[in-house]
Amino acid sequence: MVSTETAAPVKETSIWTAVSKAFLWSFLICLGIVVVYPLLWMAMNGFKNNVQIFGDPFALPTHWSWQNYVRAWNQGVRDYVVVSVLVTVASAICTVMISAWTAFGLTRSKLPGKPIVLIVVLGGLMLSPTVALIPLVKMFQALGLYNTFWALIILYTAFRVPFTTFLIRAYMLDLPSELDEAATMDGASEGQRFWRIILPMCRPIIASCIILHVLFSWNEYIFAMVFTSGTDMTTLPVGLTAIMAKHGTDYSVVFAAMTISALPIVIIFFATQRYFIRGLAEGIGK
Amino acid sequence: MAISLIVLCWFVYYPIVDNFLISTTEEDIFTGEVLHVGLANYERLINDPVVWRALWNNFAYAGLSIVFQVFGAFVLAATIEGLASDRWRRFWRAVYFIPSAISITVSGLLFYFIYQPKIGLLNAALENIGLGFLIQPWLGSEQTAIYAIIAMSQWQGFGYSTLLFAVAIQKIPRELFDAAIMDGAGPIRRLWSLTFPLTREMTGLMVIVTITGAFQVFNEVMVMTGGGPNNSSQVLGTWLYQQGFIENNFGYGAAIAAVVFVVTLLTGIAQLWYTKRRRVQW
Repeated sequence: MVSTETAAPVKETSIWTAVSKAFLWSFLICLGIVVVYPLLWMAMNGFKNNVQIFGDPFALPTHWSWQNYVRAWNQGVRDYVVVSVLVTVASAICTVMISAWTAFGLTRSKLPGKPIVLIVVLGGLMLSPTVALIPLVKMFQALGLYNTFWALIILYTAFRVPFTTFLIRAYMLDLPSELDEAATMDGASEGQRFWRIILPMCRPIIASCIILHVLFSWNEYIFAMVFTSGTDMTTLPVGLTAIMAKHGTDYSVVFAAMTISALPIVIIFFATQRYFIRGLAEGIGK
Repeated sequence: MAISLIVLCWFVYYPIVDNFLISTTEEDIFTGEVLHVGLANYERLINDPVVWRALWNNFAYAGLSIVFQVFGAFVLAATIEGLASDRWRRFWRAVYFIPSAISITVSGLLFYFIYQPKIGLLNAALENIGLGFLIQPWLGSEQTAIYAIIAMSQWQGFGYSTLLFAVAIQKIPRELFDAAIMDGAGPIRRLWSLTFPLTREMTGLMVIVTITGAFQVFNEVMVMTGGGPNNSSQVLGTWLYQQGFIENNFGYGAAIAAVVFVVTLLTGIAQLWYTKRRRVQW
């Protein structure tokens, strides 16, 4: 009697644990399917033709041909990719350099007025692109920069400097100050200290910043749509909607174009997950 | 430092000021003549039913995102972090994050197709599991369009906040969990009395970030419905675009932008206030 009384609750808990564990895993798996399946569906539809797309939406493509992908690539996607890469690389370099230099000034120099600069930079985090849209269009038209690469590069830089500076500054604050004090004693100039000592030490956070910036500018839509109207100035996100408008009935080409545009960023994410997560965590955690 | 000050003042701060100036004007599109109309654009704003609809949609966006992307993601993150194997934890975090890496344009277009009555996955799936009576043109109906868009946005965004919560949960010392288990606290009890209070800072930040984001929504609405049908899915961002750039009412568009500015500024100030408060100690 005694033994069954003590054994029963233990057995009950273990069944209970097993059930809840099974429930938990099926939940995680279902959610995983909800997340991944639409993306696989997108890639698969790129292999189908219209007849198959209008047939059973769950069916696999009957023959795997790259034809739609090739057509999407030739009918505009190639040009959009070139523009997107150009704008992304240029604005990433500008943003990171300006931000790193600003963060260096904020943490390592003895210039007066640092608190004001800090407020101006971090205050920029609160301001949204939407609010500035109409004045910016007028300004860029007046400057003659409307519908140029410069418009996007300048805007992506200006609106990302606050966030990027914020990340790099937090990292620089944690660096020991003895190193550059020693360098100053040895007669190193401010520029030398920045390039030779501080910047190399900030490599991990710089990597996070670059990845976050790439993610931002590769996917940015509202500025790209409003500030560029020529076909030779179209970035991928805007180009996709253009393909949609042009080939709206040829669904398979649209699906192929979407897949081509999503793939690089997913690959970059998996390849650089470590930095990605660190950047995100630092960005919001501090 | 100087260069970032110049860039920020010129391209970020000055336009905000300019936006308020533009909002008190009206421009004749044919003659280019600028008229100063005082607060007339704001008067029009108050009497514009679409503005109220858009504001409601933005609030719905914020509310539903808080439910799913903050509290849902928090529970999910705690669940994932409770798994025994580190490999599986990393696996689920990465899988759920994938949609966040993809552009809103791609996921917007993708869900445009998923919601399509003819070729779409959603109606076909409902049919297959015997819920055929739910079938409808999700984006084509005034009742469902905005909610279909919000649902897409949850699909895209929950992995991002789950990842952030996971990072916050990892910072909680393991010993606290071990002690709680020794004291006989079950998983739900641990979640509520331990994990939740100790990640409160992150939760507060996420709520604020989510509200700010919800008032800047533009892209997904633009791609999926363009604000339609019959303006039922307009948000402030798309209505501002429609007024300012399609109908060339720069002044009125700027007035709508001013509303977005006020809301995002208030949440921004709340964020500063929140981060300045003393952190939870352990």
